[in-house]
Amino acid sequence: MTDAVLTQAPDSPEVERVGAPIPHATRDARAAEYVGQFGEFARGQEPMWLGAQRRAAIESFATLGFPTTSNEDWHFTSVAALLERTYVPVATASEALSARDIARFQFEGDWQTLVFLNGHFVGQLSQIESGLKVYAGPMSDALSDEARARIVERHFGGLADTRTHAFTALNSAFSGDGAFIHVAADTVAPRNVHLLFVSDDAAEGALVSPRNAIVLEHHAEATVMESYVALGNANYLTNAVTEVYVGDGARLRHYKIQRESINAYHVGSWYANQGRACTYEAFSFAIGADMSRTNIATLLDGEGSHVSLDGLYLVNGDQTVDHQTSVIHAKESCTSHELYKGVLDGDSHAVFNGKVYVHPEAQKTDGKQSNNNLLLSEGARVDTKPQLEIYADDVKCTHGATIGPVDSTALFYLKSRGIGPSIAIRLLTYAFAAEVLEELTIPAVRDELERLAFERFAVGA
Amino acid sequence: MSIKNEYMLDIKSLRAGIAEREILKGINLTINPGEVHAVMGPNGSGKSTLAQVLAGNPAYEVLGGSATYNGEELLVLEPEVRAQKGIFLAFQYPVEIPGVTNAYFLRSAYNEIRKARGEEEIDPLDFLDLIEERMKLVEMDSSMLNRSVNAGFSGGEKKRNEILQMAVLQPKLAILDETDSGLDIDALRIVAGGVNALRRPDNATIVVTHYQRLLNYIVPDFVHVLANGRIVRSGGKELALELEERGYDWLLDAA
Ligand SMILES: Nc1ncnc2c1ncn2[C@@H]1O[C@H](COP(=O)(O)OP(=O)(O)O)[C@@H](O)[C@H]1O
Ligand SMILES: [Mg+2]
Repeated sequence: MTDAVLTQAPDSPEVERVGAPIPHATRDARAAEYVGQFGEFARGQEPMWLGAQRRAAIESFATLGFPTTSNEDWHFTSVAALLERTYVPVATASEALSARDIARFQFEGDWQTLVFLNGHFVGQLSQIESGLKVYAGPMSDALSDEARARIVERHFGGLADTRTHAFTALNSAFSGDGAFIHVAADTVAPRNVHLLFVSDDAAEGALVSPRNAIVLEHHAEATVMESYVALGNANYLTNAVTEVYVGDGARLRHYKIQRESINAYHVGSWYANQGRACTYEAFSFAIGADMSRTNIATLLDGEGSHVSLDGLYLVNGDQTVDHQTSVIHAKESCTSHELYKGVLDGDSHAVFNGKVYVHPEAQKTDGKQSNNNLLLSEGARVDTKPQLEIYADDVKCTHGATIGPVDSTALFYLKSRGIGPSIAIRLLTYAFAAEVLEELTIPAVRDELERLAFERFAVGA
Repeated sequence: MSIKNEYMLDIKSLRAGIAEREILKGINLTINPGEVHAVMGPNGSGKSTLAQVLAGNPAYEVLGGSATYNGEELLVLEPEVRAQKGIFLAFQYPVEIPGVTNAYFLRSAYNEIRKARGEEEIDPLDFLDLIEERMKLVEMDSSMLNRSVNAGFSGGEKKRNEILQMAVLQPKLAILDETDSGLDIDALRIVAGGVNALRRPDNATIVVTHYQRLLNYIVPDFVHVLANGRIVRSGGKELALELEERGYDWLLDAA
């Protein structure tokens, strides 16, 4: 049974956005510059297979070029702004980072943190976990051990789509350091892992290409947070890729906090593959960057598995925030639950595109998707598009989207109790956002995101 | 600084409507401190419209006439300003606000009203004491404080929650819109007890009700019958009893 609902507020903006057109010549010339700088891109010692992947990726990128708004996946988000210059990988790490600088980005509780500055691992601020059953450290370190390098090789590049996704190809060509996390079968990672990607003023003009892989063998369990933060307002391009393997019966909580510099561009892509009876919880929280794009794709490739894809974005000014999710139900009896909420102020723009694909053999699929947006200003705009393709007959899939202002009845109720409009709107906005934050099962993360959200509305109000 | 012989609330020829439709067609009503006025009338006669207009719901449009509150033009004030000046509406249909706890809501309202009066915000612990004391008045369990405002509350719980808010905010002019509807006799007694406990010589109450039942507990000084957007009859508390016996039809015919 298919039950499709698309609800929109009566005055929801349905105008199609085709951003500032980019002349083809500019776009192609820019792509050529990236291809050109690949030759000079210096890598230290690394395995042959990695070099081969890089070369294949840059070839693919050369063919693909940067996406235009006529590309269906980029219809509502223009990359014109990030084509105004050629971003260049930062050759060496600056040494300016102290524990004090990053203290405010840390979480309460038992976390292991891996810190990267402008794409380079910062050992003295990080803790590597390197046990018999659990490894969590920088890719550079993982590759230096022969046995571990073989595990990396088995997974690196196995999921990332470099053939059709230009930014993923670009990452694969220029990938810098990142994290490798491996949890052996029947093992629970002893600590939550925090990947803290910091950009400072030295990131001006930088292309930062973190490349991570998370591998949970069967019945393993872990929590991984990716934070993208900035010390300053530099203009740089983060282009990150994370490959995720969730084995049979395993459970991964995978979170992202995107609070990049307000002048930065962020593209982050997660590619997940799920085995049988496993759980993958993916959460994306986005408040930063001038333009950000988050891609999350998972393949439910074993029976009885579950994925939850949740997110919250809060933008204002001229920010653009774009989330693209893709769930492929390939096997029977899997569930996918998705809730994305957005709060938009100023002239900001949000895009949400949720694809759910149900294979003919994926009977008894249960898919639920919602995207709800709160508009705090006249100038804000949302483009939301659920995309369901269902080829099995015994499935339950629902989706719904809403776009609208603060509920006037609730607003009047608060005002009638003496609460003025700015506090009332902030309360209602916070309440709107709180619903999705409740999905977070780690109190320290939930509290921190509630704080960030509340802070954000205080500024917006 | 009130002028002598001034009414607390003075409504003159008030006309108001919603969605292009005139509902109140000329209301005249005066209220003095210390008085309890009952407004009765059949469904759809405009009772809630009157209550909402007095509280400042922007969904309703004032089409003519005036209302002064302690000598000040009321209808031009923002709803939050009216509340800060002591007007309180207990909603016929209290609004659910998922995600905002009752405790946070009450404290925000309490503090905003204090701030508007130039007073300091209350210490959170002192507020907890205050609220627990007021909750006893309406026999509410303190677990209610951590629940979202009215979300998933039963009809009776919502009505009690309205009276709790009133008990915390201590209004000068309280308008209770069908606070009795949907209450069983025990809940009715509790709610009425709460309202009575809050009565003071300098406060006034407008009790909007469809039935005379509530008026056994909250005894009015005046009873007004609203029909087709006009007050068609005013009298003492005995009018309510007469309505109970005879219904509204005999007045509607006259209207
Ligand atoms: N939001 C609205 N839109 C249109 N008509 C309304 C609305 N609210 C109330 N009305 C109409 O206004 C009239 C008076 O309603 P109301 O003031 O609620 O009456 P009462 O409280 O006396 O039952 C009714 O006919 C009702 O249908
Ligand atoms: Mg009514």
